[in-house]
Amino acid sequence: MRLTDLPLRQPAYVDLVDWNALSASDGQRLREFGLCEGASVEALHHGGLLGRGPIACRVGRMTVAMRRAHAAAITVRTGPEGAVA
Amino acid sequence: MTGLPLIALVGNPNAGKSALFNALTGARQKLGNYPGVTVERKAGRLSLSDGRPTELVDLPGTYSLNPTSPDEQVTRDVILGKQMGERLPDALVVVVDASNLDNHLRFALELIALGLPTVVALNMVDLATRDGLELDAAVLSRELGVPVIPTVAVRRRGLDHLRTELEEALGAQAGKVRAAGEARGFDALRGEARRIAQAAIVRETPSRRLTAAVDRVALHPVSGLLLLLGLLFVMFQAVYAWSEAPIAMIEGFVGSASDAVTAALPDGLLRSFLVDGVINGVGSVIVFLPQILILFFFILMLEATGYMVRAAFMMDGLMARVGLSGRAFIPLLSSFACAVPGIMATRTISDPKDRLTTILIAPLMTCSARLPVYAVIIGAFIPARAVTLGIGLQGLVLFCLYISGIVGAMLAALLLRKTVTKGASGGFLMEMPKYQWPRPQDILLGLWQRAIIFLKRAGTIIFASTVILWLLLSFPKAPEGVSQVNHSIAGRIANGLNVVLEPIGFNRDISLALIPAMAAREVAVSALATVYSLDADEDEAKLERSLGERLKDSWPLPTALAFLAWFVFAPQCISTIAVTRRETNGWKWPLFMVGYLFVLAYVAAGITFWTATALGLG
Repeated sequence: MRLTDLPLRQPAYVDLVDWNALSASDGQRLREFGLCEGASVEALHHGGLLGRGPIACRVGRMTVAMRRAHAAAITVRTGPEGAVA
Repeated sequence: MTGLPLIALVGNPNAGKSALFNALTGARQKLGNYPGVTVERKAGRLSLSDGRPTELVDLPGTYSLNPTSPDEQVTRDVILGKQMGERLPDALVVVVDASNLDNHLRFALELIALGLPTVVALNMVDLATRDGLELDAAVLSRELGVPVIPTVAVRRRGLDHLRTELEEALGAQAGKVRAAGEARGFDALRGEARRIAQAAIVRETPSRRLTAAVDRVALHPVSGLLLLLGLLFVMFQAVYAWSEAPIAMIEGFVGSASDAVTAALPDGLLRSFLVDGVINGVGSVIVFLPQILILFFFILMLEATGYMVRAAFMMDGLMARVGLSGRAFIPLLSSFACAVPGIMATRTISDPKDRLTTILIAPLMTCSARLPVYAVIIGAFIPARAVTLGIGLQGLVLFCLYISGIVGAMLAALLLRKTVTKGASGGFLMEMPKYQWPRPQDILLGLWQRAIIFLKRAGTIIFASTVILWLLLSFPKAPEGVSQVNHSIAGRIANGLNVVLEPIGFNRDISLALIPAMAAREVAVSALATVYSLDADEDEAKLERSLGERLKDSWPLPTALAFLAWFVFAPQCISTIAVTRRETNGWKWPLFMVGYLFVLAYVAAGITFWTATALGLG
């Protein structure tokens, strides 16, 4: 499931990131935020009244705001275990 | 301060770096610019524990040595000793957020590997404790191989310890450069950072309770929007309400200063220069200082508490539709008070094209200097009657003028993004910091620095332009019986200008008023007052009447409406042009901005005039 479809406040893990769908600088910034395969994520808030705004998510210990285009490039997996280091 | 040992403060954004910088240097800070880039250089004096002075420079926050913005580029170049106008630092203070170790340690490892003497400040340990995290600084120090000092910058904790360690680091390393460690890849560094962070954590309960609770309200689509609108309402109210008393004080001071000079000097050139040129000219700009400081107070508070990113988050969906980022929201908002601080606030936008677009449309936000112009014209020409219950026609027109500016700005952004600032949108990717209550002293220091910047500008650019305008209006001296204004260089320029402006309904008096109004928009009002009071010199009865009444007699309604439309768009403000030049590093973009805004103003005024004339309003 993509991060855009992840229900709010349901802890998940990053399964796969389609780095090619992201610009080089956005990809780098996301990496610097600690986003990588295996990182724990949680969608916290969807911005905008019509649900077309950005998404605020927890990545590890950080809260990060990203646009839906970024979140769509991130595939996540729910479940308590299964972190791939 | 060259010659002193240089210590660089470096770390991730939101690590509390600026608070630590303020705590270490106090109010003795020097603001400047790095040569060739619009990146602010912030330096101050730091005394070591033995009293030895050093220079501490606060480098822009960055996530790695792989820069993505001009600010981050400067940080990297300074640390590597490649920055023009800066020497290689003798030591680094690496600031890390205690509650975000995994991430911040990766950058810390990257910095330590450079081999410069380094001390790590484990900052905001109080917030980490608040969030249920307990850390062992000794373990961290052993793993990193450099001293680690727990600090709470906003409470001034750990500062003496930091000074002692810095002194030792400088002393031990004097004269020899440690070999730089081998450069490791990003993933290797991240793995290492995670391992060290795990080792240093004594106890953790995973939560950010306070921040999470506030965000549930602040980021909620409905309550978050209401909160944002409420804050904006309070902010605008305050900009007008709180500034009344200080503005009256400044006006009183300017008035008594010009009275004193008038009384002390005989009538003549010198007196006219001092009173009309210097005191009233510069005074009419300094009057805006209270409003600018109130606005900056709110902006600094929103920034320091961590709310600003939330506001950008709430607005990003809307801004994205015209090709802008949510980050553009705050600068544009500030521009309703004045475009100058608004354009300065665009520095937080990392994408250069996003930033440029925001700068170019900022003057379209209705700034407070337009209000006096709008007020006079609306008062004179728009009847004070109710359109429907509770809505007056005058207020409605004023509202429409504000909306015209906003709509114009959004359309301009759309067009600019498709043409001159074309390119992939920089997007919106930001870290949301924890909420935090700032130290009042840090806010006051920020306000003080803004005030100094503003007053310096008033003392230089605005002073110079005022003097030039006074010269243009005062020379050559008119012979007996000829109006000085008509005979002056400015009057002759106005006659020439009028050829261009006549088709859109402007008369010669308006052309004349537009020249001094280049210094600041509201000057148009006093200029019109001067023109019409000169005309009325012989007729005492005429002189008694207000400017509004005289305008109503002299201008047809379409001319008045065209004049309003002109002021929605026209770039009538030298300060804005000057700050745009500084922020874009050259004349290309300010000239482009002036050009496109004048074209817009001309077309808008023309359409207004021709439509109103065709409808028979004249």
